[in-house]
Amino acid sequence: MIKLTINGKLTELDVADDMPLLWALRDVAKLTGSKYGCGKGLCGACTVHIDGQASRACITPMSYAQGKNITTIEGFSDDGEHALQQAWQKFNVAQCGYCQPGQIMSAAGLLKNNPNPSDADIDQAMSGNICRCGTYPRIREAIHHAAKTLSGEKS
Amino acid sequence: MIKKITRRNFLQGVGLSAGGLTLGMQFSVANAATIEDKSFAPDVFVSIADNGQVTIISHRSEMGQGIRSSLPLLVADELEADWNRVTVEQGLGDTKYGSQNTDGSRSVRKNYIKLKQAGATARTMLQQAAAKIWSVPVSEVTIYNHQAKHKSKGMLDFKDLVKVAATLDVPSKDNLTLKTEAQHRYVGKDNMSLLDGKDIVTGRAMYGFDTELPGMKYAVIARPPVVYGKVKSYDDSETLKVPGVIKTVELPALTPPVMFKMLGGVAVIAENTWAAIKGREALKIVWEHGKNASYSTHDHEAVFIKALDDPKETPRVRGDFDAVKKTAHQIISADYHVAGLAHATMEPPAATAQIDGDIVNVWACTQTPQGAQQNVMGTLQMAKEDMANIKINVTLLGGGFGRKSKPDFVAEAAFLAKQTGLPIKVQWTREDEIKHGYYHSPSYQKLEATLDENNAVTGWYHAMVNHPIMSTFNPMAKTAGMVDLGLGDVMYDIPNIKIALGETETFMRIGWVRSVTNINNVFAAGSFTDELASARKLNPKDNLLQLIGKDQHVDLNKDKYAYSNYGENIKDYPADTARLKKVIELVAEKSGWDAKSQKNGLPKGHGIGIAAHRSFLSYVAIVVVVSTEGNKVKIEDIHMAADIGKVVNPDRVRSQLEGAAMFGASIAFYGEVTAKDGVVEQNNFNDYQLVRMHQIPKIHTYLVDSDEKPTGIGEPGVPPFAPALCNALFNATGERYRRLPLKSLTLV
Ligand code: FES
Ligand code: FES
Repeated sequence: MIKLTINGKLTELDVADDMPLLWALRDVAKLTGSKYGCGKGLCGACTVHIDGQASRACITPMSYAQGKNITTIEGFSDDGEHALQQAWQKFNVAQCGYCQPGQIMSAAGLLKNNPNPSDADIDQAMSGNICRCGTYPRIREAIHHAAKTLSGEKS
Repeated sequence: MIKKITRRNFLQGVGLSAGGLTLGMQFSVANAATIEDKSFAPDVFVSIADNGQVTIISHRSEMGQGIRSSLPLLVADELEADWNRVTVEQGLGDTKYGSQNTDGSRSVRKNYIKLKQAGATARTMLQQAAAKIWSVPVSEVTIYNHQAKHKSKGMLDFKDLVKVAATLDVPSKDNLTLKTEAQHRYVGKDNMSLLDGKDIVTGRAMYGFDTELPGMKYAVIARPPVVYGKVKSYDDSETLKVPGVIKTVELPALTPPVMFKMLGGVAVIAENTWAAIKGREALKIVWEHGKNASYSTHDHEAVFIKALDDPKETPRVRGDFDAVKKTAHQIISADYHVAGLAHATMEPPAATAQIDGDIVNVWACTQTPQGAQQNVMGTLQMAKEDMANIKINVTLLGGGFGRKSKPDFVAEAAFLAKQTGLPIKVQWTREDEIKHGYYHSPSYQKLEATLDENNAVTGWYHAMVNHPIMSTFNPMAKTAGMVDLGLGDVMYDIPNIKIALGETETFMRIGWVRSVTNINNVFAAGSFTDELASARKLNPKDNLLQLIGKDQHVDLNKDKYAYSNYGENIKDYPADTARLKKVIELVAEKSGWDAKSQKNGLPKGHGIGIAAHRSFLSYVAIVVVVSTEGNKVKIEDIHMAADIGKVVNPDRVRSQLEGAAMFGASIAFYGEVTAKDGVVEQNNFNDYQLVRMHQIPKIHTYLVDSDEKPTGIGEPGVPPFAPALCNALFNATGERYRRLPLKSLTLV
């Protein structure tokens, strides 16, 4: 049994130590919002927050996730109200949408460390997330917009 | 922005949370809120419940092109429905909807009128119902936003009308009055939100990978590394020791032709994906690779080049190119190559099957639910009469690009469910997707043009050889057969044209990838056009416009050419040079072409390039601006203009153009699948790379305000990108880039 906190809930999962967090979330905890894209840390589709840091769930073994605080897209906000999720909808960012949970979790990681990112900051933070459909320019716009909303909320 | 409020409960984690749900209910997992109450259902595409809630069927697959956010608008608009009281339901695979095959950029083209008629049918009957209730002439009733109105009687909501409407005769389609474009409230508007937008950003959207059923097991498959390879023997003793592995199942070996049949191999069935993957790693399989193990992409280049010099077919011949070549003042010639390509959909193929007595339930990210149905029928050797027992629920697709119109993965799930008696989800890993694709074939092309003493182009020759798609269906096929798609359908007004095809055998599975052979044909033709501009000392845009020539509908059925025109009559959808020139002029104007393409119009090391093409009956022109420093390339600017006739959802059209540019950029800089000894050498995004965020600037898109018949946009943005880019590289560096991918350059 591996104990960890998923979206605020203390959870026990009966899984192998070496099982990547992604499969524990998807197949065992039945949280399918985090996506499989490569399984090798190359695409970012599986991005979740581990103790607040954007991390690739597909290369995080459960032995490491044990005892940690995991946030997935499902627990990222109540009903999609986070400024990033709102901005994503405002700019109709998604095409197929498959990469977008990972994109949003990476973007959230960026804004946490850098509330007012430049284009270059965004490019750097987001270049680990592939979008095969090609939504990059809209993602950039949406992150700028969300950053503005969030700093407005604070001030 | 017009926002759609969806009332959909997703079956997220059915096994945990929806205990009361029976599988027989045939829910589409992607869109679970089937409204059972269909009191008034005048058409297969639309029904209205007692409470006035409208259900519209989306019968085409959503793979990012925005079809679920587009087609239902046509019905809702004609119906005068309040968009907030509309539920969109994903249609099961069923011939009653007509073709559901979502490829060829034709969903809007094929359904525009049909869906308007569906909405107008319901609206007309609601209007008649109100007239009946009020005892007034029908002509005095107007329908607007879910309500009937009458000047003295007042208003009635749709919910007050459904019972009476359901008793009326369905009017004939010929007697319907359809709205004009000006009357549309949703269609053609730029402010429609995405139907699945909220589900996507909250992680609730359900893709093929996300299906969960009670008692479901997970499968990954070790497929033969070489196509037509077989399992000679295998040892699963280590596999069965992996905790969570349940069993292994051998799949039948593939026999010709490839079609959409399973590749064969050994499946590992497990309690979770990880156990299945580990179990697969532990398998010891002795393969018999078969004759395709003799194939290596590198070595086959010589065969291709020989075939290119000795073409076997000349499917379009205008005038006499060979004669004009003998007397030409100048002959320009160049060879081009585009490597093999994989689809690399962000979501690899996945399907879930569950057998319930005679019923086969499938959930799959398929572009072709009816094709999947047939494929399952064949795989399970079911009788044709029992086809309706195969229920194909279409989930959302995490990208399609043509890969998911090949339902081999659906056959695997059905086969394994049948063999094991368990609900089975088959998931392809990224490596599976890259190594066992239906590839866009590598291609080799030779172009020649003849100039007279006035630098007028008198002859055009374009020869191409590739592994033909037809080989997937007929192992004997050696030439492309179909010569359209940017090869034969060149629209230039040149008196002598000769199109030629070489032939070769095929050793891999070949399929269609977004825009198909337009990718390579237009790369070559669009680049060569620019080479002619240099030879003729003309500005590339002027050269392009001159080659296209006067306003006309090019009769592509002349010149001994059997042109398919994407399945449409060329009289209905002509090859219109005026429309092609218009997108060129539009993109040139918006991008500032005239100034920037002058000598010193851009800073040193910068370059600008242009290309244009009609494909899938749509017209697209692209301008790309690059900067270069040594072997480093930066894409500075991308401008795209399109004429696709009437536009249903402009925002989704723009997003398709944007996506097409990035698809094109990935092809240009990275796309390359190679095989050695019959085995594909690439594995994952490390060696099959795609463009990333920092490499792509803002993209400018322009839509021609057009009254022409609506056509599609899923694919037409792709073909002109790579030639526009390489023409810009030439403008920047003076170097011609005739082979894709651009291995000597680094995109920064
Ligand atoms: S699935 Fe984890 S990075 Fe690709
Ligand atoms: S939206 Fe399809 S992969 Fe990003």
